[in-house]
Amino acid sequence: MGSQELRSGGVEVAFTVNRRPVKLVVDPRATLLDTLRDTLGLTGTKKGCDHGQCGACTVHVDGRRVNSCLSFAAMHEGSTIDTIEGLGTPDNLHPMQAAFVERDGFQCGYCTPGQIMSAVALLAEPCGQLDADVAECMSGNICRCGAYQNIVAAIQSVRKAKT
Amino acid sequence: MNSFTFSRAGSIADALRRSGSSVRFIAGGTTLVDLMKLDVERPAQVVDINALPLAELTRTPDGGLNIGALARNSDVAHHPDVVRDYPLLAQALRSGASVQLRNMASTGGNLLQRTRCVYFRDPAMACNKRSPGSGCAAIGGFNRNLAILGTSAHCVATNPSDQNVALAALEATVHLAGANGERSVPIGDFYLLPGETPERETILEPGELITSITLPPPAAGARSIYLKLRDRASYEFALTSAAVVVTVSDGTMQRARVAMGGVGTKPWRNLDVESSLQGQRPTHERFTEAARILLNDAKPQSQNGFKVELAKRCLVHALSLATAVA
Repeated sequence: MGSQELRSGGVEVAFTVNRRPVKLVVDPRATLLDTLRDTLGLTGTKKGCDHGQCGACTVHVDGRRVNSCLSFAAMHEGSTIDTIEGLGTPDNLHPMQAAFVERDGFQCGYCTPGQIMSAVALLAEPCGQLDADVAECMSGNICRCGAYQNIVAAIQSVRKAKT
Repeated sequence: MNSFTFSRAGSIADALRRSGSSVRFIAGGTTLVDLMKLDVERPAQVVDINALPLAELTRTPDGGLNIGALARNSDVAHHPDVVRDYPLLAQALRSGASVQLRNMASTGGNLLQRTRCVYFRDPAMACNKRSPGSGCAAIGGFNRNLAILGTSAHCVATNPSDQNVALAALEATVHLAGANGERSVPIGDFYLLPGETPERETILEPGELITSITLPPPAAGARSIYLKLRDRASYEFALTSAAVVVTVSDGTMQRARVAMGGVGTKPWRNLDVESSLQGQRPTHERFTEAARILLNDAKPQSQNGFKVELAKRCLVHALSLATAVA
């Protein structure tokens, strides 16, 4: 996460990623997604459609889930950004990560970081109790392998454990 | 993506100073960034307006509600005043896009949401809206999701928003700031028909900024519903939608407001439909007659003839639900 050379037209931006302060000079065209992946090396966040339709790029900005592909990094001066890398570690999984493993909530795994970031945000959102409510709240995350049933089961197991 | 310069506006006055025809204000980015990646939007300058103090929802002295242009769709949808007094707007917002997009998208940006016509989004294809004079590939092409009302020989694109349909039925006012001062426009006058200039979608002038919208006080005793019909149960644009606000007393509809989405080149309101309902008993026959009036001037394209019947049934069902005795 070092400093970059100032390029013509570059924009200075400072934000926090996974509780670490970051200060960068970014190309105005750089999305938050590309900045996380290519500049900061945080490749856990995935690029699927790159147009806000698949949810693979979901991260939290100031505690809210967003599509990082539809946001320029330069727009995030002062933001607090959390990615899948900040959620847990292999030895100390976040309960949602553990639930996805437990309930087999993925197959190829490409959509999984986005699914999990969405699911963690969902825990603090008005959603509704039913499986159908969870499916509605998760409709912004597409799974090509079709692991939806197990994803809903994983999310519901964490929600039930919380209450 | 085309290169551009990026700057942050610190105040409304600062934003207006930086504005111009080659400038785009950016708020949520959900429409603009998407279209810039497709080379449909190629601004020379992008001005970030997220720091402007325009995110609040405040009651107006007459009991209405002012919604700041930067209020996020999810915040508006779950705001207690909106849920209590304008459930139509909350329903419409919750039916649009995904949670992630609603967390980003702003009220003002949603007003300016662009069509999902596949030809508008593809610079290799003819589109009078994107490239005036180039023709319309949708006429005779893939037009299943496009408009049947308000179309012209130059454009048949729909306004894809759910929010804007609810705002039309609620008779919102759009507040604008520009170099020559401020002005307020009823939402019914905000959108333009495509005619011969489909590239011009609203009365917004280059350099003008949407600052807020105002909803009038909720109509006493009114019942409302937003009914959205689409190919998927979630995260899909409307094939047709109906926003209905009806007040029934003494067995008659005293007041009716109706706006339709997914069928018009703008959020579609037809005053003849409303007057055909007002003063009448809420019966299936009356609803069917209103639907006939609504679709009377419909001009289907090669693939979207089904929308005529779908829109009729959508309106009849929405009116039935809104007037049903609980």
